[in-house]
Amino acid sequence: MAKQAKLFDSDRPNSQDISWCPGCGNFAIRNQVMDVLEEMQYTPKEIAVISGIGQAGKMPHFLGANGFHTLHGRSLPIATATKAVNPALEVIAVGGDGDMFAEGGNHLLHTIKRNPNITVIVHNNQVYGLTKGQGSPTSLPGMKTTTQPWGVYDEPMNSIALVISQGCSFVARTFMGHKDETKEIIKNAVNHEGFSYVEIFQTCVTFNKLNTFRWYKDNTYFMKDHDVTDKEQAMSKAFEKDPYPLGIFYINKEKPCFDKHLPPYKDNNEPLYKREPDFDKIRRKIEQKRG
Amino acid sequence: MSTLNIVLGGAAGQGINTTEELLTIALKESGFNFFATKEYMSRVRGGINTTTISISSSSVRSYSERIDVLVPFTKGVVDWTNDRLSEDTLIFGEKYLEREVPSGLKLIVVEIEKLAKELGNKLFANTILSGLLLGIVKADKKALKKAVEDKFSSKGDEVVSKNVQAAEKGYELSEKICKEYNFSFEIERDSSVREDIVINGSEAVALGALNGGCDFVSFYPMSPSTNVAVNLANMAEEMGIIVEQFEDEIAASNASIGAWFGGGRGLVTTSGGGFSLMCESLSLAGMSESPVVIHLAQRPGPATGLPTRTAQGDLNLALYAGHGDFPRVLYAPSNIEEAYALSTKAFDTAGKFQVPVILLTDEYLVDMYYNVRTLETNNSVDKYIVEMNSDYKRYKLNDSGISPRGVPGYGEGIIIANGNEHDEYGDTTEGIGLTTAMQEKRMKKLDSLKNETLKPYFYGNDNYSALLVSWGSTFETVKSVVEKYKDKGLAMVHFSQVYPVYDVSDYLRKTDKIIAVEQNLTGQFADLIHKELDVKISERILKYDGRQIPEEFLEKELSDKGVL
Repeated sequence: MAKQAKLFDSDRPNSQDISWCPGCGNFAIRNQVMDVLEEMQYTPKEIAVISGIGQAGKMPHFLGANGFHTLHGRSLPIATATKAVNPALEVIAVGGDGDMFAEGGNHLLHTIKRNPNITVIVHNNQVYGLTKGQGSPTSLPGMKTTTQPWGVYDEPMNSIALVISQGCSFVARTFMGHKDETKEIIKNAVNHEGFSYVEIFQTCVTFNKLNTFRWYKDNTYFMKDHDVTDKEQAMSKAFEKDPYPLGIFYINKEKPCFDKHLPPYKDNNEPLYKREPDFDKIRRKIEQKRG
Repeated sequence: MSTLNIVLGGAAGQGINTTEELLTIALKESGFNFFATKEYMSRVRGGINTTTISISSSSVRSYSERIDVLVPFTKGVVDWTNDRLSEDTLIFGEKYLEREVPSGLKLIVVEIEKLAKELGNKLFANTILSGLLLGIVKADKKALKKAVEDKFSSKGDEVVSKNVQAAEKGYELSEKICKEYNFSFEIERDSSVREDIVINGSEAVALGALNGGCDFVSFYPMSPSTNVAVNLANMAEEMGIIVEQFEDEIAASNASIGAWFGGGRGLVTTSGGGFSLMCESLSLAGMSESPVVIHLAQRPGPATGLPTRTAQGDLNLALYAGHGDFPRVLYAPSNIEEAYALSTKAFDTAGKFQVPVILLTDEYLVDMYYNVRTLETNNSVDKYIVEMNSDYKRYKLNDSGISPRGVPGYGEGIIIANGNEHDEYGDTTEGIGLTTAMQEKRMKKLDSLKNETLKPYFYGNDNYSALLVSWGSTFETVKSVVEKYKDKGLAMVHFSQVYPVYDVSDYLRKTDKIIAVEQNLTGQFADLIHKELDVKISERILKYDGRQIPEEFLEKELSDKGVL
């Protein structure tokens, strides 16, 4: 089938052979992200996708947008800073369950607290893909992995409860098998002013034989009549499982946004690379030390 | 005697800073050059901290541990400073000192607390003391009055007038004491000093960074590096820069890489333990060719070591940190003027070559302060960024190894940066030819960096029989010793950039007596010179007790080695 070029497709030579396994859930997420950004009328130069390490971390290479493929777990501080110095950019951090809950757990907590105006998309396939089949912080008990051959014994991290408890200003979960709903959630997340957390259940056809496409279909449902401004209700939803609720759990539009209080933007929204230092002020600072 | 060393010693939180502040302000206003350095314990209250203030008719920068006047504010100071006292030392203080001062030392009992109470509050003691000490050097009375008025002006007229009285009382007391003990210090004044800047090492690093176009500061607090961030945070609103305390050093250094990626100019300030946590991100900077500027204020390690003390023990850490091969630059400012200038230069070098630049200072340098004539400011900053076209290649291969750096949103193109090995666009590749080419491209920058390496400073006897090799903050002290003994065949070669290493092998081969002077256990820089220049420096003067090398220590070591 001839490939239909999209605005956010990449024509770079090493973008053409996408290195995910055939049938990987990442393909769907990639398409959803590309489609929704185009629908929102963004152009590639306005977007920066900043990823960590993992199969999800490869995303910037398969998109026609600015990108930075960084280190395991470190995408959030990098994305926070990129947005802080270049506020016109729409910054999207991308990572998997290993990136966000294991190696980068502390950064996730503090990015929630800091509340920069960026979106994070967490590809949660409940297993480690890049390193080939080890358990992840969200693997379910009983799952046999390459490094837990006896089966995972401990309870998975409840990521949704964790981020709501920390007051994350936008919290949603979806499944990559639901194209339209996922796009709508990403759109809301990108439009939200503050740190938007979007977790996407995703299949790993090679290493996760437990949480299959069918499993996710059967074990999730979209919340109805849920009040997204009610933190307690959101929290109680976060503890539901079998089936797991999907949709927007919580939005807090009042939470102060990091970028809003930054001194450079008091009366000027220009990105910092367009500005010159104020040498007169520096000179004055030095002169003041004459006493 | 051309330099007078006054030492104030007291517990943390005891108000010794007030005396120090009044003293240094009035000294400068009176036209005296001064130099102040402190040593302090890692505690918020109690313990014993001392500040050495050297007063001189000409500019003074080197550290001498000799104490001419000791003012203990608390019990135990005499014992703590015992090794620095001599029969010429005058010790001023309360009556309890009679039990502490060993016989043979000069104690002058002044019941300052009693005098302060007579004035209405024992809080005036620090001001009386300032008056007393300024009286001893015959500082300008008007300067003293002005310093006191400025210091207390926010506290109302009565507090001001009482403190002025207290200062005058102290000054009068000194006249009486000098007469009684037949004691006089005449230090020539230089009225031009009154126009000088007074600045400490942390402020110099902070202002130097601003002058280099720094607009983003990320850090996690750690002594002795924190004051650079504190200074910048306090200027952030006025300068319109971003200063953010991150959750850890890992986040701080990664954020800085994110800031440079977005078009900002980031500074990270940290100390050894924090820098250890930044090793991974340093490697990311190496691979993604991100400019990075890290200020590393050294203190003794390993681990927590001596948090508030000084060392030059993190050279190897800074040199080898990060997995894989990639070029980097290590500056090590000699003094406050260079801390400023090299902090500025670090930004230019990082931007121009797209490499990590590490500014190695230490506790001694960041906490010292003295009067300097001026600090020059830039008129512009070269950002070394390009507008991207639609076929922009972030890692374009070329002769210099420096590929023009774009910024997201600048021009029509897009930028892909990558911590994985990559092709010219920045996309991950495992192709044999490309991975080799990219490794070589990155390292090629080292050749140009070598051409721009700062020339070491040579000083002393041109026909030297012994050559000292030093780096960083030991400069002024080593220099003053060389000055004193250059007629005995002594010379020095001093490095303000420790990597790449400037080729001084010609200097080193002129004598068999080469002596490395360093503040670490093993002689890390001497080993680096051996590796880089193939000259072995086996004689080493090393100090690693967390205290700065004073002139006296260096003289003794040189004499033990038969040089003096």
